[in-house]
Amino acid sequence: MGYLNGNLYVAAEEGKIDPMHQFEVQSMADLFTIGGQQIAFTNSALWMLVTLAALWMFMLGGMKRELVPGRWQAAVEGVTGFISSMMTTNIGPEGRKYTPYVFSLFMFILFANLLGMLPLGIIGLHPFTVTSHLTVTGVLAIVSFSIVLVVGFLRHGLHFFSLFVPHGAPWWMMPILVPVEFVSFMVRPFSLGLRLFVAMTAGHILLKVLAGFVINGLNAEAAWVPAVVSLPSFILMIGISVLELLVAAIQAYVFALLTSLYINDAVNLH
Amino acid sequence: MDAEAARLLGAGLAAIGVGMAALGVGNVFGSFLESALRNPAAADSQQGRLFIGFAAAELLGLLAFVVAMILLFVVGA
Repeated sequence: MGYLNGNLYVAAEEGKIDPMHQFEVQSMADLFTIGGQQIAFTNSALWMLVTLAALWMFMLGGMKRELVPGRWQAAVEGVTGFISSMMTTNIGPEGRKYTPYVFSLFMFILFANLLGMLPLGIIGLHPFTVTSHLTVTGVLAIVSFSIVLVVGFLRHGLHFFSLFVPHGAPWWMMPILVPVEFVSFMVRPFSLGLRLFVAMTAGHILLKVLAGFVINGLNAEAAWVPAVVSLPSFILMIGISVLELLVAAIQAYVFALLTSLYINDAVNLH
Repeated sequence: MDAEAARLLGAGLAAIGVGMAALGVGNVFGSFLESALRNPAAADSQQGRLFIGFAAAELLGLLAFVVAMILLFVVGA
């Protein structure tokens, strides 16, 4: 951009809307330091608490155990039934033990995704999508992977390594198959965390880029620009927002589904 | 070629990978729908496999997006 003269360059910089700014973790209260590291209450922590509170309200409202379920209880029972049937089909009768973990995982990711989509910007609040950070999704993936390892080694001991030996393959294929299976096993936590993080990040960047088109179009000097640029961008934004709601639900489902499949590997060994 | 230009071109080229993943995801859902319409009774039981296929196809496209983001915001930015 060096060829622009000074004034134009400044104007372009001022009008630029940074789509990455929404992902910035900001400190809301610097609490204390441990070993020279600042421990702060950040907007990320705040939105995790908001997610937790929303989740808690949703569950408590539906856990009144009425004989004839109302709408709210029917909604809660729908989600719990959905997850527990997923666990039974993927793992079998032993899957019931792991239902609470997978259910918490699914609901936390779903609520975090949906709360990050809220259009609170119009009243001056800045919603923060917790799941758009690899630190958060990575920790969730590591927890899932640790459960797989702990369950696998506790149940099967060293026999758990037979996971890397596919059934029915000829023995001379083993030098190729075992490393491939091992790599595909070790890559799981990365792919699990990365998928959710990138899907949420990509959607939010797309929405903010389109929002930048709308605002820059409205601020343009030529009178035809708002009608030609801003209006189509705004309509596209509405459509993409609906698509993002779908993605939020699908990513939560995929995370829970893959976790249940990985736990199945640990419980049943193929 | 200037390193800065190559960086931006590379980020743009990574968009091809995202488009390829679109083909893959479309193929997953298209094939599912095709066979689900032939045998609707068996369709619901295969929903889990549908989403596993979707997740695998989507992940590779998202990796292309990660490459673009690394080029734009991590390398030399």
